[in-house]
Amino acid sequence: MSKLAKGARPGLVLEVDRSTPPTLFWHGEGYRLEKLPVGSRVIYAPEPHEPLADPRGAIRHALLNPLGESQPLPSLLFSGMKLTIAFDDISLPLPPMESPDIRQMVIEEVLEHAAIAGVDDIEIIAALALHRRMTEAELRHAVGDRVYDAFAPSGKLYNHDAEDPDGLTTVGQTRHGEDVIINKRAAESDLLIYVNINLVAMDGGWKSTATGLSGYQSLKSHHNVKTMRASRSFMDRHKSELHSSNWRMGDVLKNSGIKIFQIETTLNNDAFPGSFNFLQKREWEWTAKDRAAFIASSKALDRTPSRLKRNIFHSIKAPHRMTSVQAGEVEAVHEVTTENVYKQQLVVVEGQTDILTMGLPYICPYNVNSIMNPILVMCLGLGYFFNMYRNKPLVREGGVLIMSHPTPWEFHPVHHPSYIDFFEQVLSVTTDPEIIERDFEKKFAEDEWYKHLYRNSYAYHGVHPFYMWYWGSHALQHLGKVIIVGGDPKSVRRLGFTPASTLRDALEMATDVVGRDPSITHVHNPPIFMADVH
Amino acid sequence: MKALKFERSVPKIAKARIAGALRPGAGASYGPLSLDETATEIALPGRGWQRVRPRLAGICGSDLATVDGRSSRYFEPIVSFPFVPGHEVVGSLDDGSRVVVEPVLGCATRQISPMCRACSAGDLGRCEQIAYGSLAPGLQSGFCCDTGGGWSTRMVAHESQLHSVPDMMTDEAAVMVEPSACAIHAALSAGSLDGGVVAVIGAGTLGLLTIAALQAFNKPAQILVGAKHPEQRTFATKLGATTVVEPSALRRAVRSAVGCMAMGDGEIERLTGGADVVFDCVGSSDSIQNALTMTRPGGRIVLVGMAGRTTVDLTPLWQREVALVGAYAYGQESLLNRRTFDLAFELVGTADLGRLVSATYPLDRYDDALRHAANAGSRGAVKIAFDLRNEKDSAR
Repeated sequence: MSKLAKGARPGLVLEVDRSTPPTLFWHGEGYRLEKLPVGSRVIYAPEPHEPLADPRGAIRHALLNPLGESQPLPSLLFSGMKLTIAFDDISLPLPPMESPDIRQMVIEEVLEHAAIAGVDDIEIIAALALHRRMTEAELRHAVGDRVYDAFAPSGKLYNHDAEDPDGLTTVGQTRHGEDVIINKRAAESDLLIYVNINLVAMDGGWKSTATGLSGYQSLKSHHNVKTMRASRSFMDRHKSELHSSNWRMGDVLKNSGIKIFQIETTLNNDAFPGSFNFLQKREWEWTAKDRAAFIASSKALDRTPSRLKRNIFHSIKAPHRMTSVQAGEVEAVHEVTTENVYKQQLVVVEGQTDILTMGLPYICPYNVNSIMNPILVMCLGLGYFFNMYRNKPLVREGGVLIMSHPTPWEFHPVHHPSYIDFFEQVLSVTTDPEIIERDFEKKFAEDEWYKHLYRNSYAYHGVHPFYMWYWGSHALQHLGKVIIVGGDPKSVRRLGFTPASTLRDALEMATDVVGRDPSITHVHNPPIFMADVH
Repeated sequence: MKALKFERSVPKIAKARIAGALRPGAGASYGPLSLDETATEIALPGRGWQRVRPRLAGICGSDLATVDGRSSRYFEPIVSFPFVPGHEVVGSLDDGSRVVVEPVLGCATRQISPMCRACSAGDLGRCEQIAYGSLAPGLQSGFCCDTGGGWSTRMVAHESQLHSVPDMMTDEAAVMVEPSACAIHAALSAGSLDGGVVAVIGAGTLGLLTIAALQAFNKPAQILVGAKHPEQRTFATKLGATTVVEPSALRRAVRSAVGCMAMGDGEIERLTGGADVVFDCVGSSDSIQNALTMTRPGGRIVLVGMAGRTTVDLTPLWQREVALVGAYAYGQESLLNRRTFDLAFELVGTADLGRLVSATYPLDRYDDALRHAANAGSRGAVKIAFDLRNEKDSAR
């Protein structure tokens, strides 16, 4: 179980007064200090919880003491069985964690049990759904060299392929008519072990298998505008239609006889290593060393070409540590996992705000070792950060969201080919998610070239940019205006948002929507937190 | 009379070339173009010729290439110096009636009998005698020393070149008839495009008019356009483009439209399929090479923009059996069995093409006019023209 680190403080809502130092805003591959108006609120994440002292011991304990209707792992393993181990892909955790990765530790423990039981037929699958394939280096980082070298050369460790016509199997249909289609090898195994990292409350549970090992035909049942708008938020499972759909699919999987042993883990929010440690501190507590690190890194970044800056940031490995691990039956495991996520991330906030401000960092789940293109900027701000709430959004309906990010008109051509076309051919016509879904989705989803690149190169699936847009559709419906500070005006306008040069300008523009003397709240994120808004 | 004259002067052409390369349109200030305020009026070359007082005269891409010293030496034997540029002309006859000049100087204007095969068939643009007959060499009015051109207060035109302007048509609309005829000829030269996918590279005047012509007379299922500037994109959409993207994104848009595969790992080097017809309204090495990457095997590239000397890898032309054809001027359109100029008058009216005239200048501000025309897209303009309606001159 997760517990507070010695001296670790819970989250904090600070009211800005005249003595409050400027607030740090992330700004892509950089950051800026902004003076927020007196009376504004700044929400800080809880400090990192104490990690498990003996993570391998905790993993072993979880495997032997499963939750829910499940037997200990050794009882589920037998000689001659077909065993599949699936694991979360490159999108988790953020930033990628220092070695050894949690997945490596868990998979090594599982394989030890399998070896003792004499299991020979083992395959390990990166459960990436419609995300890009992981490279060898990324797979090695996730599972470790020992596992990689033992399985990958013989084709026993590989990326899930959602477009392989022979690689998927239809398990059934939910009572709502949702097709349940998952990886054939996983479905036909005597045991499927899913190794998860629950970075945020959205992750895990039935979403691991029903989404991670699935394909377009199944995903479109819940990756759509209607579902996303009915998920309030998708970080709160019991109020998330996205999760209800996945849970219905889980029922079908369960009833089909597929045996799943779920292993879920949680992390503390220790997101940045020593030299960047000031990024997760509260500004008035910055030491002289923190201030020096901020000034030195800001000045250096100002003079650094953008490609090099990107390389510097993407080379950051986070010192996240595991705070809990639980294994066994999917739903029982996930209940405990979610509670542990909430313990680390929840911050109670009283009341909504007229204007919500946020600085967007260089990374989101879909641009690890890649470029944060404008569509991902939208998704990170309006999809992820906006939805990091329980009960009600931090910003009131009709309120204004102000984000800070350079939003360059730049795409990674290998990773995001369909994003380039979505930006040019779809957003130039409309930004309305419903029209986009109705008029454009099918064509992109079924495009043979995108499928080819997804299967053979390192491209996100053709439909993926649509999902990014749907992820923000609840926010688009809720907000009165979206302003991006310091963004490329052309890109910002293409997104349907308003560009502003400075925060002051943005706040002034926002008053046209929310009136004079608005309430302002800033989310000091990352490190990640989730607002429990009362 | 007043006239802008272009003389044969190798050093001045060299200066214009350098100036034009540094700043498009600057060849006007440093090259062989000059304003002659006391020019001698051109004598009528013979029977059937009339005096025309230009009212508006457009500046076209080929004019800009000439002024900036970029024109191919190919033209040397088929022009005669000094000439007065200007072949997009609406003017008045001595009786006050307004006319648009069809500038091609074919067999009829040159008093050549029998006429060549092309002129006999009405295909004036393909005249085989443009350097012969009773006139000095000159492919069109505006490039012939015997006829003058529209950038002046007087020129001459043969009666076979004159088209009456309807009373309801403004001068601004009428000056668009000639370039519209070029675009219509290009749009129809590809044969029937019913249900096809076409791409248009470039959305300057010719590109926009080609879009309008395609929409009006050939109706492909999809017209995809690469347009650089916001105003061009707006006009392209209004005139009938189904998809308008940045020029660099046109290849991707074509791929999406036809659903073909592509060579390249995310970046597209070339398409495996492509558009049925690509209209290259730029005419540079890059645009032709780009057209070759997005034309389907067995497809066609229509060169609408004047090309000049270019370096292009023609391997795809060979391997994919792509036809690269030019589209010059106008005549009789076999697809619709109508005269191109008649279609052009119709299109200018129905598509309201007079709105594409963005600015006009008096002759003595010719360097401003040419710089504006050379940078029209970036300055939010389309067609720039000389306005001769208030020019005062004295016949000499």
